[in-house]
Amino acid sequence: MKAKNKLGLILFPAFDWAISPTHPEREERLLYTQDQLLEEGIEDIEGIHFFNPLIATKKDIDRVHFCYPSTEKLLTESHLIAAGGVMRAFDAVFGKETDKSFALVRPPGHHAQRVVYGDRGFCIINIEAVGLAYARQKYGDIRVAVVDTDCHHGDGTEDIYWNDPDTLYISFHQDGRTLYPGTGSIEELGGPSAYGYNVNIPLPPNTGDEGFQYVLENTVLPILEDYKPDIIINSAGQDNHYTDPLTNMNFSAQGYANLNSRLNPDIAVLEGGYSIQGALPYVNTGIILAMAGLDYSGVVEPDYHLGKWKQSGRVTEQVKRISEEVLNAWQHKEIIGRKLFESKSSVKRNRQIYYDTAGILETQVQEFRPCPDCPGVDSIISKNDRGASLFGITIPRKACPACQKKGYDLFEQAKGLNVKKRFLQDLKRDEFFSE
Amino acid sequence: MIIGIDMGGTNIDGVAVHEGQIVRQIKRPVDRSDYFHSIWNCIKNLLWGVKKEDIERIQLSTTVSTNAIVENRISKVGVILQRGPGLKWQFDNLDENVADVSGSVDHRGIPISRENAAEISKIREDFLRNRVDTVAVVGKFSTRNPDFEKRAAEYLRDDFQEITMGHTISGKLNFPRRVQTSYLNAAVHSTFKTFAENIEEALKREGISAPVYILKADGGTINLEGAKAKPVETILSGPAASLMGMTALLNKDETDRCLLDIGGTTTDLFFLADGVPVFEPSGIEIGGHKTFVRAIYSTSVGLGGDSYVRIEKGKLKIGPERKDHAIAFGGKYLTPTDALVYLGDMKAEYAHESAFALENMAKKINAYPEEFAEMIINKFCKSIRETIENTLEKINASPVYTIKELLADRTIKPQSVGVIGGPAKALSKYLERELKMPVEYPENHEIANAIGAALARPTVEINLLADTDREILSVPETGVYEKIDKYYDLKKAKERALNEVKFAGETMGISSDILETEIVEASSFNMVKGYRADKNIRVKAQIKPGLAAYKKGER
Ligand SMILES: [Zn+2]
Ligand SMILES: [Zn+2]
Ligand SMILES: [Zn+2]
Repeated sequence: MKAKNKLGLILFPAFDWAISPTHPEREERLLYTQDQLLEEGIEDIEGIHFFNPLIATKKDIDRVHFCYPSTEKLLTESHLIAAGGVMRAFDAVFGKETDKSFALVRPPGHHAQRVVYGDRGFCIINIEAVGLAYARQKYGDIRVAVVDTDCHHGDGTEDIYWNDPDTLYISFHQDGRTLYPGTGSIEELGGPSAYGYNVNIPLPPNTGDEGFQYVLENTVLPILEDYKPDIIINSAGQDNHYTDPLTNMNFSAQGYANLNSRLNPDIAVLEGGYSIQGALPYVNTGIILAMAGLDYSGVVEPDYHLGKWKQSGRVTEQVKRISEEVLNAWQHKEIIGRKLFESKSSVKRNRQIYYDTAGILETQVQEFRPCPDCPGVDSIISKNDRGASLFGITIPRKACPACQKKGYDLFEQAKGLNVKKRFLQDLKRDEFFSE
Repeated sequence: MIIGIDMGGTNIDGVAVHEGQIVRQIKRPVDRSDYFHSIWNCIKNLLWGVKKEDIERIQLSTTVSTNAIVENRISKVGVILQRGPGLKWQFDNLDENVADVSGSVDHRGIPISRENAAEISKIREDFLRNRVDTVAVVGKFSTRNPDFEKRAAEYLRDDFQEITMGHTISGKLNFPRRVQTSYLNAAVHSTFKTFAENIEEALKREGISAPVYILKADGGTINLEGAKAKPVETILSGPAASLMGMTALLNKDETDRCLLDIGGTTTDLFFLADGVPVFEPSGIEIGGHKTFVRAIYSTSVGLGGDSYVRIEKGKLKIGPERKDHAIAFGGKYLTPTDALVYLGDMKAEYAHESAFALENMAKKINAYPEEFAEMIINKFCKSIRETIENTLEKINASPVYTIKELLADRTIKPQSVGVIGGPAKALSKYLERELKMPVEYPENHEIANAIGAALARPTVEINLLADTDREILSVPETGVYEKIDKYYDLKKAKERALNEVKFAGETMGISSDILETEIVEASSFNMVKGYRADKNIRVKAQIKPGLAAYKKGER
């Protein structure tokens, strides 16, 4: 058997790490997936290559996050390796070792935001974002679309790319009014320099294969066609599956494989998905075959019955309506964005963030400083209910000289601020400061 | 006394080892039309005048199964597959008698649906009509639940010479490899059985009761009874004989090493990690069949003592083809061996003719003859170095699955090199210079393979799985599928695994005082269902691979 697309797999089940012995994010999570992949003989397919993860460094993490109290104190090796797995996936594709790559690593990352006080939704660092920041540093500018097919809204990824016009974030998820983390409404469209480049598609509970396919064909693919990214990353969370214990969707392995095949991503990264026996072995096999360009039609869950998971007419109608609304927002983003932000030199955004795993409540104000020549410097002032506080500044990769200087000035001025820790991310120079 | 026989492509080498020393050695050409008599003549010669009760054991590295596969002299095999859902492997390198049945088992070993009896009876009729000799029945995840294979085998047992059940081949997961390996096992079953029975009869006739062991590709041995049941285990044992022999001849060393076997046409490379041979990651490939058969990792490069040396478009080229012997030894074409002779590192019969040819070729590229001879040797050594580096890169990239392993970064970094083969001694100083490592070259290299065959010890590997949710314990390699209770734990599983290995070793006649068992991998996973936490326990155990005692040098 020979793969049509050369595919790199970074399969790192971390068989010696768990959040706690009975937590869903435990040693066993990828055990049956590995069994299934071994038994199917994936390793003997010509053109599929296995790579070990890299180990991310502090600097790799600091490109994306303001970690409090410090990067070293928050992270364990498991996080550095999960992020390193995604970095390896980027190397495989950009180093031309393979056409595509898929990082099956844990723990996941899409709930990790720019500021990190601890674990949220089983994530501490945003592994895709760390991988992408590493790749941009190593391989230059990359215009990216991240398509998140996890059932939960990727609020961390949304936050990180909120004001980045070079990263289009599209998230399929179960409507936030019915599921953690609660965010992800259509109205969350992005910051002043990237308005409309944050695309949320909140779907009603019980959406099935048909609904996902409808949204993909009628909204996501047209948007991607329009945006013309250099690469597509699939945040391949697998908790939309009909057997997932934490969610209420009816997506199948065939559905996931079909979606992946149509989406045709360059890189996929496993996110959530906790039906470790009933879903992950089949969904992962399906995605691998789809990415390799092989026949996945034989990959079917043992308990799958087509009739049982067909979505209702009511859901179909809702999906159509949401789909149209999202596309409409995309088509009018420039006009609305201009109305909202024209002639503003500062745009503020107040947020409250709850860390469900760590039990921390954070309050923050983000400030974006639109600039005609670049995406502009932005900053976050944040505090939490445990008495921690910080101020962080981000100079974007494409900052103009004036904005870069402004970043350093802000850092200097922040010495007068009453916060526990100050950060400066200079993505242009790839230098990071904290004190 | 131990008898070791290595059957190669053209010759059979044999040695008799007594109290760790070689007391006799023999070389005979192979009669490819009669492997049994070729081997038997060797054994008879080695045993001439030896008291029957002094014979401890007879160990053979044979190409009986290998050649049957490579030359396609195999039984007509019928293959019955229960593929279930998943990848659509074609298996078009098997016989035309491949039949599918319905039904499937999942990754936990839970039966999803059964085959129906009518399918099997129809297949039986077809196979009988097509004059199928032997059958392989293989199910996906059959190591987790072998019921289908057992039912089918039971039904077909009386009608065919052999039924190979996939789960008996290995406890590892990989359905396509299980299919290919089971097929090959069924394919060579009769050929090997005839060979084994001939040996048994001949020994009986002579009144010899010493046990017979067959060398496997992993450098271990299997007893004749075991080999008759699993003849596929006896394929491609040649490189293993060579590596085991080299290990015996070299100084004992428990570091990482690279071993080179320099022949006339090719050089074989092997690696030792902490003194233990490095294996092929999944299993060896033969005639386009990827198998489960555990094998020593070896790679071959088209460079040998007799490689064809010439100038092409003003550039020096060596190999990969061999045309003849070196000119220095009566051949017609220039070779690296001639360069070694020119440099005074080797003595030879036709040194003059050799030097003349080398000087002539040197002129073509306006080089001094000494300079040209060094060029040849340097290029040769450089290619060897590059092959070592590339191979290591491949081996060292093999995947790991735990944080501990990833952080430990256990990559192989050779500290020294061992070389055997005709030009080994002469080349050693040049290799040392190129590889920047000490190079060791043992004497007696011409009988290394036979020594390897003689001194190899039995190896067994088992894969135990205990699932306290399903309350099932399985060790496919020893045929164990039994009930356990909810409280079964990792400690019990490890003890059981070691016992299973020990039992398998004793069945092969290894006395328990020399039998060393070890746990290779062991892990226990929490399976959480509601408020209950069950365990999924996996243990891999083996008999430590190794060599029987050998004293170097003395004869
Ligand atoms: Zn999502
Ligand atoms: Zn999720
Ligand atoms: Zn600017």
